[in-house]
Amino acid sequence: MTIMMDTGNRIGAKAAVMAKPEVVAAYPITPQTTMVEAIAEYVARGEFKGEYICVESEHSAMSACIGASAAGSRTFTATSSHGLLLMHEMLHWAALARLPVVMCNINRVIGPGWNIWVDENDSISQRDTGWIQFYCSSNQEIFDTVIQAFKLAEHQKIVLPVMVNLNAFILSHTSMPAEIPEQQTVDDFVGKYVPHWKLDIDNPITFGNIIGPEHYYKVRRAMQEAQQNAKQLIPQIAKDWKKASGYFHGDLLEYYKCEGAEHILLSMGAIGAESKIAIDEMQKAGIKIGLARVRVIRPFPAEEIRKLGKQADLIIIDRNISIGSEGVLFNEAKAALYGESEAKATGFIAGLGGKDVTYKDIETMCRKAMNGSAKKQEWYGMED
Amino acid sequence: MGHLHFEFREGSIVSSKSLVEICFHGRGGQGAVTAANLLASAALQDGNKGVQAFPLFGAERRGAPVKAFTRIADEEIHLRSEIYNPDIVIVLDESIMEIVDVLKGVKEDGKILINTRKKPRDFEFSKQYHVATVDATSIALKYDILVGGIPVVNTPILGSVPKILNQVTLKSIQQVIKSKWTGKKELGERNVKATQDAFDQTEVNF
Repeated sequence: MTIMMDTGNRIGAKAAVMAKPEVVAAYPITPQTTMVEAIAEYVARGEFKGEYICVESEHSAMSACIGASAAGSRTFTATSSHGLLLMHEMLHWAALARLPVVMCNINRVIGPGWNIWVDENDSISQRDTGWIQFYCSSNQEIFDTVIQAFKLAEHQKIVLPVMVNLNAFILSHTSMPAEIPEQQTVDDFVGKYVPHWKLDIDNPITFGNIIGPEHYYKVRRAMQEAQQNAKQLIPQIAKDWKKASGYFHGDLLEYYKCEGAEHILLSMGAIGAESKIAIDEMQKAGIKIGLARVRVIRPFPAEEIRKLGKQADLIIIDRNISIGSEGVLFNEAKAALYGESEAKATGFIAGLGGKDVTYKDIETMCRKAMNGSAKKQEWYGMED
Repeated sequence: MGHLHFEFREGSIVSSKSLVEICFHGRGGQGAVTAANLLASAALQDGNKGVQAFPLFGAERRGAPVKAFTRIADEEIHLRSEIYNPDIVIVLDESIMEIVDVLKGVKEDGKILINTRKKPRDFEFSKQYHVATVDATSIALKYDILVGGIPVVNTPILGSVPKILNQVTLKSIQQVIKSKWTGKKELGERNVKATQDAFDQTEVNF
């Protein structure tokens, strides 16, 4: 075990390399660049034995991962924002083909209105592609989640691609310490990749051929079942990793001081970490409020949120907006409560375009929701 | 910085009892980001469990004003927002003070460390704030610490930090510098000597 004091990108790269993918295909984009640069450094030093493919676009990066994965290789890539959007078609492809590609996405704003800072519209807009989606809140969690992602993606009950999201700059370019386990610990945990299916010249099959209306739904239904399986396997794998490494960041959600809470804040990513300070401050002032930090948005933790709704009113902060509707976490949390709970839900859109969200901001949002002065959903800190 | 509670924002005391927030001001290319990282690593080595270093997020250009930050605490840091009320401000380039208000948001008992030939009393604001000075540029020139012919002050000035901050020792700063330059041992040694000079030559008004 060693302590690595480095940026989220470089710690994510370390985890990816330690999981020993056979193929990494990537195209650089700010703020992901330093992650793939770090992997290239491992190649240069001879510490990464896999194939590193520099491609000419993100569409090609995902296509190369799909090809490699279909040939039975463990694969990894990383991207951000416009790069993720360019992959869109192939994101569907990887999921529908049931290929367990693991990818880090650095959450960055979408332009025009050119902006390299954080918000989560890039990955949130890919939520219907069939990928499992994690959101990290610290460098240690990035390391541990990338390792868990390989285990999860390749599990025979899942066989789906997994996206590990980390917020631009706040995590990607911020140095924080992370404990790095021995290589053997990672090897034992992730295990050898046994493909669910692969292109094999000794056992030829056709794949991706036409399937008509009488069968196609089975593809979608099987993906949905796999996502449902992930609701059991994500907590199980998180528990197993805790046993192996000592680190645990929650399962589908991380519960922070929720016991006896009459109000529960739901937030994600870096705001999820900052929220802990806001909760401490409010509890000190005698307010019964806790935090449920959402780690996974696909599969959506509807049952867990419903349970919270039986205990408390919910306050939801989104660093995204589905234009013409509302914040996605707010929207889906309310859908989870529907018909099952009388809990009040108040939503805030905050931190778009990289706008800083401090714990004081979070506290102000919570207090507005609790004293009833907030609209059902409002924009915070962006009123002008 | 040894006291237990810091006023963080009006009416609020931040959770960590020992949090110290440091802001580096420099120009692109002077190594403010590297300095912030090295200081955080040294603090970690000194047993501070929570450390963080980050640049002011955005596009960086050589010569343009740059900010970088370090946080040091005795427990895991959950803060992810920027630093608005630093305990310590470190100015790598004196000329930056003509265009950037480096005192903005500094806590009342805050400390300002400046790379300059002047003395603390030469600064008007030394009546209000704790000021420390060191001629890091001359030290960098003395030890031939140059990039593209320009003296690099980011490592020398770190030697002055233990004079104004109890949480970090000169020994750890020097160890971190040595391990960063393992490939260029001789350059690492010169940087270590420069930090010792900076430590010895730092002048304070408190």
